[in-house]
Amino acid sequence: MSAPNASTSVSSATRPNGAGAAAILAAGVGAFLIAVIAILADQSAAIKRLMIFWKPTGPLSGVTTCAIVLWLAVWAILHARWRHHTVALSRVNAVAFVLLILGLLLTFPPIADLF
Amino acid sequence: MEITMRSLWTLIHGMGFGALYLLACSGALVELYRRYCTHNQALPTERDEKFLRIYLTAMAALAWLAVLTGAYIIYPWYRAAPPPGTANLAAFPQRLLMASPTTSGWHSIGMEWKEHIAWIVPISITMAAAVALQYGRDLKNHPQLRAAVLVFVWTSLLAAGVAGFFGAMINKNAPVDGGPVIHIVQGEQK
Repeated sequence: MSAPNASTSVSSATRPNGAGAAAILAAGVGAFLIAVIAILADQSAAIKRLMIFWKPTGPLSGVTTCAIVLWLAVWAILHARWRHHTVALSRVNAVAFVLLILGLLLTFPPIADLF
Repeated sequence: MEITMRSLWTLIHGMGFGALYLLACSGALVELYRRYCTHNQALPTERDEKFLRIYLTAMAALAWLAVLTGAYIIYPWYRAAPPPGTANLAAFPQRLLMASPTTSGWHSIGMEWKEHIAWIVPISITMAAAVALQYGRDLKNHPQLRAAVLVFVWTSLLAAGVAGFFGAMINKNAPVDGGPVIHIVQGEQK
């Protein structure tokens, strides 16, 4: 979702919603990434080994660290692009909610094991 | 009356951070609903706004403390591998659960779900706190931002509930226990 298509110039006295939209979309992406990286680590022995950042915690350490770092990176990038804009928040919310629901569902082992 | 170090950490993680988060979550939802979803048109006072910011930030801190203590202090004890030939698996909760078909689901579904879904909680509530910190009283003018914050707080409650339920049930079936014993108080002798 690019900023030029989704944003307009600020015209109202209220603060533009871009900063909030960036946080919301990034949170949806973060929730989705937790599930996706966990599935990748579960399906591939090589990725599973790569995800062992700290041996006592095992692959969970890498899965969560990667997801958190990527979530923060996505948030920082979106924030930098959108903070001075008013974006189409209904679209941003819709995408964020879909990603959030997918994140919730894909962390459920019987669903994750389908992949 | 005594408690082992591992039990104490499990208590801090589950009751201290996790359960407190669940309680705080219901309070946050009531406050957000009362403030933004009723017909109350008045702007929140500066003091009310400051309270909400501190409250959501404290919730975010609780959520992070819960997942970090869970993943980096308790989980290594849970998943520790027993030396070959170990007959008593009491000190190795994951292996104890996996050893019986009547309890293996607590690991293969319960822990596998809990260890990932729990991380959605701090992500969601950090977003909610960040939006509250950035917008403050101006949130009143952004109904879609408020809606998203509410959805993510609700989701964090659901995710924390799943993690809390499985954490409690797993610890009931295969407790994380051991380590140095802490004597809390001397009981009366009969």
